[in-house]
Amino acid sequence: MLHTLAVLVDNNPGVLTRVAGLFARRAYNISSLSVCQTENPAISRMTIVVEGDDQVIEQVTKQLNKLVVVHKVSDLTREAVVDRELALIRIKVKSETRLEVLQTVDIFRGRVVDMGKSNFTIELTGDEEKIDAFVRTIRPYGLLELVRTGKIAISRLDT
Amino acid sequence: MEESANIKCENIEPKTGARVLLDALVEEGVNIIFGYPGGAVLPIYDALIDCPIRHVLPRHEQTAVHAADAYARVSGKPGVCLATSGPGATNLVTGIATAYMDSIPMVIVTGQVPTNLLGTDSFQEVDITGITLPITKHSYLVKDFKDIQRTVKEAFHIAATGRPGPVLIDITKDVLLTAGEVKAQPVKVDLKSYKYFSKGNSGQIEEAAKALAECQKAVVYAGGGIITSGAQVVLRELVERANLPVVTTLMGIGSMPYGHPNLLGMVGMHGTVAANYTVDDCDLLIAVGVRFDDRVTSGLGHRFATKAKIIHIDIDPAEIGKVVRANIPIVGDALLVLKELLNKVKPPELSKWWEQIHEWQKQNPLLDQGRDRLTPQMILEVMGELGGKDAVVATDVGQHQMWAAQYYPTSTIRQFITSGGLGTMGFGLPAAIGAQFAAPDKLVFLVSGDGSLQMSIQELATLVQYKLPIKIILMDNGVLGLVRQLQRLFCEERYSQIQLNNNPDFIKIADAYGILGIRVTSPEEVSDAIQKAIDYQGPVLIDFIISPDEIVLPMVPPGKVITEMVGR
Repeated sequence: MLHTLAVLVDNNPGVLTRVAGLFARRAYNISSLSVCQTENPAISRMTIVVEGDDQVIEQVTKQLNKLVVVHKVSDLTREAVVDRELALIRIKVKSETRLEVLQTVDIFRGRVVDMGKSNFTIELTGDEEKIDAFVRTIRPYGLLELVRTGKIAISRLDT
Repeated sequence: MEESANIKCENIEPKTGARVLLDALVEEGVNIIFGYPGGAVLPIYDALIDCPIRHVLPRHEQTAVHAADAYARVSGKPGVCLATSGPGATNLVTGIATAYMDSIPMVIVTGQVPTNLLGTDSFQEVDITGITLPITKHSYLVKDFKDIQRTVKEAFHIAATGRPGPVLIDITKDVLLTAGEVKAQPVKVDLKSYKYFSKGNSGQIEEAAKALAECQKAVVYAGGGIITSGAQVVLRELVERANLPVVTTLMGIGSMPYGHPNLLGMVGMHGTVAANYTVDDCDLLIAVGVRFDDRVTSGLGHRFATKAKIIHIDIDPAEIGKVVRANIPIVGDALLVLKELLNKVKPPELSKWWEQIHEWQKQNPLLDQGRDRLTPQMILEVMGELGGKDAVVATDVGQHQMWAAQYYPTSTIRQFITSGGLGTMGFGLPAAIGAQFAAPDKLVFLVSGDGSLQMSIQELATLVQYKLPIKIILMDNGVLGLVRQLQRLFCEERYSQIQLNNNPDFIKIADAYGILGIRVTSPEEVSDAIQKAIDYQGPVLIDFIISPDEIVLPMVPPGKVITEMVGR
C-alpha cells in the first residue's frame, strides 16, 4: 500500500541526493516526493509517498533515521491528515467547448490562470483523487500538458 | 620591544586551512595517517612536515585506506587515511566500502580541486562525496575555512559512535591554503539530527532473561558487534554461567577463545556441522551484534532457525527485522546489554541439549586432512602453536581465508583481521601493514593466496621501507581456489578463468624487494619454516606450495538451508 512519510531534514545542498540515493539503493519505490523549506529555514520538509508493506515501511523509516541529515520521520498514513496536490493543466478549447470546460473547472473549484486563443491553463488543488477525477473528465476535450506537484501533507493533530 | 611581543602573544596566529586540519586531527588523538600525496593535498603534505602525526606512505592509495581500516580493527581507534583528488580519491573506494560493510570507524580525508573550479571537469576533479554516498556513514565537502574544525570534530564523533563506519571529508584546495584565525577553545559537537542508542531497554532485557530461563535449547550467535563494543569478557561470563553453546560469524571470530568447550565454531556457509545443526534446531537464538548475513543464512532468512524464539541485540535499529523477525528486539550496545542480561540470568536446564550437540560434534569433527601431504590446515595449526596467543592474523579473501577462520586458534578480539562483508581480495597485505603499526610489538601473520597477494604485491616495498617484520604465509596453488572450488562442485568441473598461469617465482620477488623468502613443499618443512620466519628480524614470505584440489569443507551449497552441507 502507499504510505505518506513526512521527513524533516537539514536544509543543505546534497540532502536530497542522500535521501533519494537511499531509496534507490535499497530498492524502495518513491511514487511522489515534494520538498521545501519549513518555518525554520535550517530545516526542510520532504513529503514522500512510498509503496510497500509494513515491513518495508519500517525499514525505510529506520534507514532514513540513520542518515545524519534526517531529523525526524513520521508516517502520516494512519493519521488524520490534510493532504493536497497542486496541478497545472493546459487544455485545448474550441469555441463550442469553451463554456463546458469553464463549467467543469468551476465544478472542481479550479481556476483559469492563463488563456490563449485555443487553450486554457487551469490551476487546481486538492487531494490526489480529486485531481485524478478532473483529469479524467477534462481529457476528452484535449489534454495538452499536465504538471503535478506530488502530495504534501500535514497532520490534523494539534501537537 | 617588550610591549610589541606581548601584543603579538595576545593575537591569534593566523593558520592555513591545512594546519587547522592537522591540528584538529591531533586534537582527536590521531598519531598516524596512511596516505599518498598529490596536487590537491600539497598544502597538507607541506604542513605535515611540522606536525607530530606520523605519515605512512604505501605504494597505492588502496593500501592506505585498507591499512587505516586494519589499524582501526586492531587498535579500536578510528583509522585515518589521506589521498589527493580525482584518481587518488577513487582509488579509496574499495577500501571505504570494505570498512563500511564491516562497520569500521575511519576518517578519510581527500583533497578537492579549488572551489572556483568545482563542477567544471577540471584536472583530477571527481565528485567523491557523490561516489561514496552509499558506502560512507556520512560525508562532508568543505568549501569554507570556518567549517574545518567543526567538520573534523563531527567526523570523528560520527565514525566512532553508535554503529561505527567510515566518514569522508573532502576539502577544496583553496580552503587548505586559506590563512585565517581559528577558535582556541575546543569545538563541541552539536548534531541534533544524529542519534544512537547505547543502553538497551530494561523491560526487553527482562523479557530476554525470562526467555532464557525457560528455554531448553539455547544458542548464542555472536558477531562483529561483540568486538566493536569489547563485550568478549561479559559474553564469556554469560556463556559460562548459563552454560550456553556459542556460534560466531566470520566477523565474530575472537569473541570466544578458540578451543573453549562452549564454542562450536563458525556458523553458515563454511561453518561447522555442529554449529549449523545447533542453530537450526535451537528453541532460543540469542543473536548479538550480527546482521543475519546471507553467508550465514544462505540468503534464506525465512528458513533460518525456524523453531526458535529470536532475541536480537544490535546497536543499529535498522538491522532488527531486516532479514528475520525478532521476537525480542533489543537496541543497544552489546556490552551494556549483555552486562544487564548477565545480572538477570537464571541458567536454564540444557544438559539434554548439550548431549545432542556433543553427539553432532563427535560425528562431524573438522576434517583431519592427514599428514601425508602439505595441507592448509596443518600450516594454520603450526602457526597457532608457534605464534603464541598474542599473534595477529590478517587474511586476504578466498579459500585461505576460510581455512584460517576454521583452523587458526584465535584467542581474543582484534586478532583476526579479515574483510568479512565485502570480501575484498588484496585487503590482506595492506591490512597486515595497518595491524603492525597498531601493534608494533606483536607478531603479525598475513595469510594470503597467490591470487589475492598479487592484487597488492607492490606493498612488499612498504614492508621493507618501514621495517615491518610481517610473516607472509602464502598458500600458493596457482589457481583462484575458491572460484575453482565452486566451478568444481556446482559447474560440473567446467573451469573458467581460474588458472593463474605464469605466476612469478615468489621467492625471487621477495628477494628483489629485500625480503626473506622460504619455499615449503612438504609437511616435514612446515614447523622449521614458520619457526625460522618468527625468529627472523624482518619480513618473511613463505611460499607454501599446496594442491589446487584442496577444498574448503564443510560447505552449504548456494540456495540450500544451512543443514544441507556438503562434506559432512
